[in-house]
Amino acid sequence: MATTTARPSSTRPPAGPAAAQRRGRPARHRTDGIAGYLFLSPWLLGLLTITAIPMLMSLYLSFTNYDVLSDWESMEWVGLDNYRTMFTDDPSFWHAVQTTLVFALVATPLKLAAALGVALLLNRPFKGAGLFRGLFYLPSLLGGSVALAIVWVNMFNRDGAFNSFLSWFGIEGKAWVNDPDFALGTLILLAVWQFGAPMVIFLAGLKQVPVELYEAASVDGASPWRKFINITLPMLSPVIFFNLVLETINGFQGFTSAFVLSNGTGGPVDSTLMYTLHLYIKGWNEYQMGYASAMAWVFLLAIGLVTAVVFRTGRFWVHYSDGED
Amino acid sequence: MTLQRLARPVTLVLLSAVVLYPLVWMLGSSFKSQSEVLNNMSILPNEWTPGNYSDGWSNFDVSFGRFFVNSAMVAGLTVVANCISCLLAAYAFARLKFKLRGFWFAIMIGTLLLPGHVLIVPQFVMFKTFGWVGGDWPYAPLIVPQLLATEAFFVFLMVQFMRGVPRELDEAAIIDGCTPFGVFRHVILPLSRPALVSTAIFSFIWTWNDFFRQLVYLSDLEKYTAPVALTLFIDSSGQSSVGPMFAMSVLSLAPVFLFFVAFQRLLVEGINTSGLKG
Repeated sequence: MATTTARPSSTRPPAGPAAAQRRGRPARHRTDGIAGYLFLSPWLLGLLTITAIPMLMSLYLSFTNYDVLSDWESMEWVGLDNYRTMFTDDPSFWHAVQTTLVFALVATPLKLAAALGVALLLNRPFKGAGLFRGLFYLPSLLGGSVALAIVWVNMFNRDGAFNSFLSWFGIEGKAWVNDPDFALGTLILLAVWQFGAPMVIFLAGLKQVPVELYEAASVDGASPWRKFINITLPMLSPVIFFNLVLETINGFQGFTSAFVLSNGTGGPVDSTLMYTLHLYIKGWNEYQMGYASAMAWVFLLAIGLVTAVVFRTGRFWVHYSDGED
Repeated sequence: MTLQRLARPVTLVLLSAVVLYPLVWMLGSSFKSQSEVLNNMSILPNEWTPGNYSDGWSNFDVSFGRFFVNSAMVAGLTVVANCISCLLAAYAFARLKFKLRGFWFAIMIGTLLLPGHVLIVPQFVMFKTFGWVGGDWPYAPLIVPQLLATEAFFVFLMVQFMRGVPRELDEAAIIDGCTPFGVFRHVILPLSRPALVSTAIFSFIWTWNDFFRQLVYLSDLEKYTAPVALTLFIDSSGQSSVGPMFAMSVLSLAPVFLFFVAFQRLLVEGINTSGLKG
């Protein structure tokens, strides 16, 4: 199942269902139609109640001062106040935007570069390749947990392992996690440490690159670097694109590690105040659910915008060599 | 030439050391005594102190075992809910013909990219209105959404898998007089076992590690799951609790680690199936 479906083209909405529908045999349609909706009913109910209605509800709440604690009657319509406050009267909001942008824009490229680099190292078959692949993948399973964030924060604390490493070189470290200039950096390192998941996807993509291309290039006397630039990168561009979209969206949603480092405050001095953490503080510490809803909508629009930009630029550098696939 | 040959293994071994170091350090520190944890920088303790584990276990008014039981329950129920609901939806998308199928499929793909944090506020408000937040069994908001196949990743994973199951099998079953339910029961369900196993493993690991939603919905100490309880160690950040905190961190990562050891190949290939999350 892995080999046939690993291609990024699988993320494009497939032409399958619609096309099949046109060709379908009418005799089976009726029973299939009823059965189809029966099997789909839990999902449809979920779409309606867990996704669609809450989305509309949060849009409505974002124009109110709802606080969850008092009853609905005391809720007031405040128009665009929440949005106005957010953009003009909440410095922490801008700190959160900045922190999240720096985190996502630094961690994502580093993580993908590490993933691609290691995937290239592992791409040729050799004894132990599977072992290394599994080993490098392990942090992706553990890294998102509270437990690992706790370990990470302690590692970069004054008495942590990182400073003992520095002391070998005679450098005296400090409590990196308490320094506003470095705290976010430690969280970025934690994200990069989890390069295994995109690496595995890169490896699957590399297996799809036809060997003949490299052979032809060797005949022409191309250097390894040229092969990388002119064959590997273009052939891999759909996979790079796929990883880029996912990791960027993931990057914007970082929460756990920032919560653990700052004990839920976003400190020191807002330096780890991720957007989602600010949203949590507003909603669940200060009970400003209306404001938090407005933040959620701005977040959704921002992520939509970033995704759209990535897709737009993708046209210029993503090559689908196999046409429609 | 020999230098070039050595470059790859040396890089890989160095990289493994960097990747593994935090985990080994965590394990070593969990056995260090109170004074050692601050002063002994080496990776292994001079004096092994297993007491951290019993101290951590009973550090709060509620035993840590309780938190693990709660976590296991939430994760276990999520596994069951995801496997059932996502399989049903996937079968409809992959095999049945009905009006608007392409449209619903596109919506499903769209929800894949929808950040969960966007919906957490209204969902919380909604579940609170239902009276599901707090109370004797506050886990409904964590599990009911999974019963309704809202984890689109698994629906997608199973659709992709079912597309690989030969259609001739369905058609043979239909000729034998099977209804769509019969095909599901006798063909798709038994053949989807690998996809179900992947779904179960990933569901378990992600739910076990999940923090945000559990933090939002659980407010009663006795109902805490392991990740939420771990943050209490940070609150009480007296240096005396560092050892126990590490010990409980080790224990809470152990199930994920064991899953990794047992299902390594499946996990690595499972993520390839659609390559999302991780």
